[in-house]
Amino acid sequence: MTDWPILSTVTFLPLVGVVLLLLMNGEGANGRRNVLNISLATTIVTFVVSLFIWIGFDSANPGFQMIEKHGWLGTGMGYHVGVDGISMLFVILSTFLMPFCVLASWFSIEKRLKEYMIAFLVLEVMMVGVFVSLDIVLFYVFFEAGLIPMFLIIGVWGGQNRVYASYKFFLYTLLGSVLMLLAIMAMYWQAGTTDISALLAYKFPPAMQTWLWLAFFASFAVKMPMWPVHTWLPDAHVQAPTAGSVILAGVLLKLGGYGLIRFSLSMFPVASEHFAPLVFAMSVIAIIYTSLVAMMQDDIKKLIAYSSVAHMGFVTMGIFAANAQGIQGAIFQMLSHGIVSGALFLCVGVVYDRTHTREIAAYGGLVNNMPKYAVAMMVFTMANVGLPGTSGFIGEFLTLIGVFRANSWVALFAATGVILSACYALWLYRRVIFGALEKEKLKKLLDLSPREQVVLYPLIALTIFFGVYPAPVFDVTAASVDQLIHSYSAAVDAARNVALSMK
Amino acid sequence: MNSDLITTSLHLAVPEIILAIAALVLLMIGVFSGERSGKTVGALAMVVFAVAVLWLIFFPAEGRGFGGVFIADGFARFMKVTALIGSFAALFMSMTHARESQLDKFEYPVLLTLSTLGILLMISAGDLISLYLGLELQSLAIYVIAAINRDHLKSTEAGLKYFVLGALSSGMLLYGMSLVYGFTGHTQFIDIAKALTMDGTRSLGLVFGLVFILAGIAFKISAVPFHMWTPDVYEGAPTPVTAFLASAPKIAAMAMMVRIVISAFQPILPDWQQVIIFISICSMLLGSFAAIGQRNIKRLMAYSSIGHMGYALVGLAAGNQAGVSGVMLYMLIYMVMTLGSFAIIMSMRRKDGTVVEDVSDLAGLSSTNPFMATVLTILMFSLAGIPPMAGFFAKYFVFVAAIQAKLYGLAIIGVLASVVGAYYYLRVIKLMWFDDAVAEFAGPSFTHKVVFSISGVFILAYVIFGGPIGGAAELAAATLF
Repeated sequence: MTDWPILSTVTFLPLVGVVLLLLMNGEGANGRRNVLNISLATTIVTFVVSLFIWIGFDSANPGFQMIEKHGWLGTGMGYHVGVDGISMLFVILSTFLMPFCVLASWFSIEKRLKEYMIAFLVLEVMMVGVFVSLDIVLFYVFFEAGLIPMFLIIGVWGGQNRVYASYKFFLYTLLGSVLMLLAIMAMYWQAGTTDISALLAYKFPPAMQTWLWLAFFASFAVKMPMWPVHTWLPDAHVQAPTAGSVILAGVLLKLGGYGLIRFSLSMFPVASEHFAPLVFAMSVIAIIYTSLVAMMQDDIKKLIAYSSVAHMGFVTMGIFAANAQGIQGAIFQMLSHGIVSGALFLCVGVVYDRTHTREIAAYGGLVNNMPKYAVAMMVFTMANVGLPGTSGFIGEFLTLIGVFRANSWVALFAATGVILSACYALWLYRRVIFGALEKEKLKKLLDLSPREQVVLYPLIALTIFFGVYPAPVFDVTAASVDQLIHSYSAAVDAARNVALSMK
Repeated sequence: MNSDLITTSLHLAVPEIILAIAALVLLMIGVFSGERSGKTVGALAMVVFAVAVLWLIFFPAEGRGFGGVFIADGFARFMKVTALIGSFAALFMSMTHARESQLDKFEYPVLLTLSTLGILLMISAGDLISLYLGLELQSLAIYVIAAINRDHLKSTEAGLKYFVLGALSSGMLLYGMSLVYGFTGHTQFIDIAKALTMDGTRSLGLVFGLVFILAGIAFKISAVPFHMWTPDVYEGAPTPVTAFLASAPKIAAMAMMVRIVISAFQPILPDWQQVIIFISICSMLLGSFAAIGQRNIKRLMAYSSIGHMGYALVGLAAGNQAGVSGVMLYMLIYMVMTLGSFAIIMSMRRKDGTVVEDVSDLAGLSSTNPFMATVLTILMFSLAGIPPMAGFFAKYFVFVAAIQAKLYGLAIIGVLASVVGAYYYLRVIKLMWFDDAVAEFAGPSFTHKVVFSISGVFILAYVIFGGPIGGAAELAAATLF
């Protein structure tokens, strides 16, 4: 088992499904069923295999594990993969959400189902690849390549305004990333390697760190997304099909947060410390401003999209608090948000499939004829608000503690975001679920089908489980985060001493 | 000149000799078997290209021949193989639907062979005179080919335009060469370099000569501000000819530019570097912005090629070994992408046989011909430089060289231009995938299908199998330093 290249297997396993899909005929009712079955089987098998990563993972080891290293494309770059406590759970999150995406698309995707599933499986390869890459060029390749399937998913299977949304998504993200690419090249010539584990040990000169930090931040801030470069997200979410939104909110946004921890904070500690106030300010604005914006939305998906931006504000804030609580909380918040926001989009998908509208005003009183749906939606809404007992609470609470230790004013303002999130989330819930069931169209709606129950119930269980017992996550992340903070504070102290001795 | 000098050099120039003899023999065959021999001569010319490629691969010969005017080295070998593959593919693609643009004449393959011979000579030139001779052989043949569809107004216009502007650029090149000769007293590249190092200072006249030479070559690779002919010639010339124009001759001109600045003018690097940076930035920006408004896909490809020459020049501007190997790799990958794209453009014909050239005619291709749409999507993402396609690695290697040379401004403008450029490549993809079909195309012909399939597979698989190609480019670039 030790020699088996488990990470490459998990990364590229979905390609097997792609090949099978390419070879078959997806036309007609039979073909459709086959496409769905193969996609579901592929994603489930990938998820099950990925669990072996967790099983084989040594939580006490802070470094990279399950390493595979091969030459790739000659100069400099290598095919080098591995996981540590920071990246491992994101791999699991990606593979975990995929079967739900397939299930959510069971009936709602009417045209070109085969191509749709191929795009999703390719996207899964890229997402997992980003988290396991230990070579910075390989990371960039996966990071950027993920744009291609997502562009097609939004553009081909999206809503009315899909072309605009897909362009905006693609070009915005590309613009951020190309600057990171130049920074990667500069790092290569400076450190002489593209290997992430070697780069983590390399100490970049402080003046250079500033520029590198800014270039990486341009990319990750767009991806997160942080205020003021978040405007692509609401458009992309609203236009994307349900499963696209799930992946977008569940995993793609986490690429930004992961990158900030892995690169910005770990490799450029001095610059991170220097820019932390900027990030705090942007995070606080994101939390308060986008929460207020979310209240004004009349489109359910748009509201959840803005709430995602606000929640990502907690993540960036926690990361740059640069202490154990902050970073652990940020990682937990990302995982929890991956499940909760994914689930919320699935919930929207449930009613959207029935009524084909996302207008909040078109709903009301669903609790009367869809009680199961009302319960599911309630749990996720509460988790989104951050109610104790749900996974959303742990992440927000920890990031707030973390940032309180760094800067109490920031914590004060950020905490108002918790209240605001309760406002918009509960208001949304009231308008959609409660009230009298007056609209004729809604009276005929049926409650959750067995397929939808299979999709939503496990997510409810996980949300509550991690809200009550978050230890499995912290056990995995603790060692790596401790090491990260240790080297971070060492580097920052060293830089301070140098600055002092210069005076 | 004694006979020894010639006989001892002959083995270096075997591919050129093969092509030269073949061109004459093919002409004879064509003349004696009359009008209908176009197909036979074309097939034979392809065999000749294939033989030349195999010879270059399996019997590499290195050295300076004919008193130093002809150089056979790793760099020349890499570029020659690339260019020959380009000529082969262009000729192969013109085999179908040859009649409608009068490419079924036997003169066409003969001229193409002669032009390719000129290309090989340009790549191997070690002297200003031999360089000019190769360049003119290449260009004269192309002037005729571009106008070969005599009854078609746009084709004749294209040929004339290309000829007039080409002659102008040759004049500038010659003028520059004469200045360089006048101020250094040499025509051979190594001697020029030696004279420049010995002098220590460089005279203003020499810089004038250098700029004229660079302007002349910039015309050949269609770099801004000498790009004006490109869209019209691309649009007007028969599409197979455009495919040829966009591939092999560009490789040769770029090879020539690399060789002349690196082996002759390396001692005055700052002087030519600023010129290259300027035309590189202009080409990238113009290629990106001007292509946005294009409706005709051949014109779109013309602006795209202007932009791509700008990116390739980023590597040359770096002026280091990594840069040169980046340029070589860029040209190879660019050529594969271009040939694949043109194979698809040639397949754009309706079921009743009408040829269409508008970008909007691609609408809904993904539902009418999914395979072709997928390949074109791969090529467009690659042209835009999105990983994991080969086009990304092409850009990566030139920019990494620019960063090594600390040309940060150039690199930043370059990547930002590539984002703008991505917009119009995305438009092609959007038309194919997001829009509804207007009318179906007829199925692509065999030759076109072969070319775009191979090109698509190459572009997609480069990420896995590209290592040896990159290694070859690196080794080849090392021979120039």
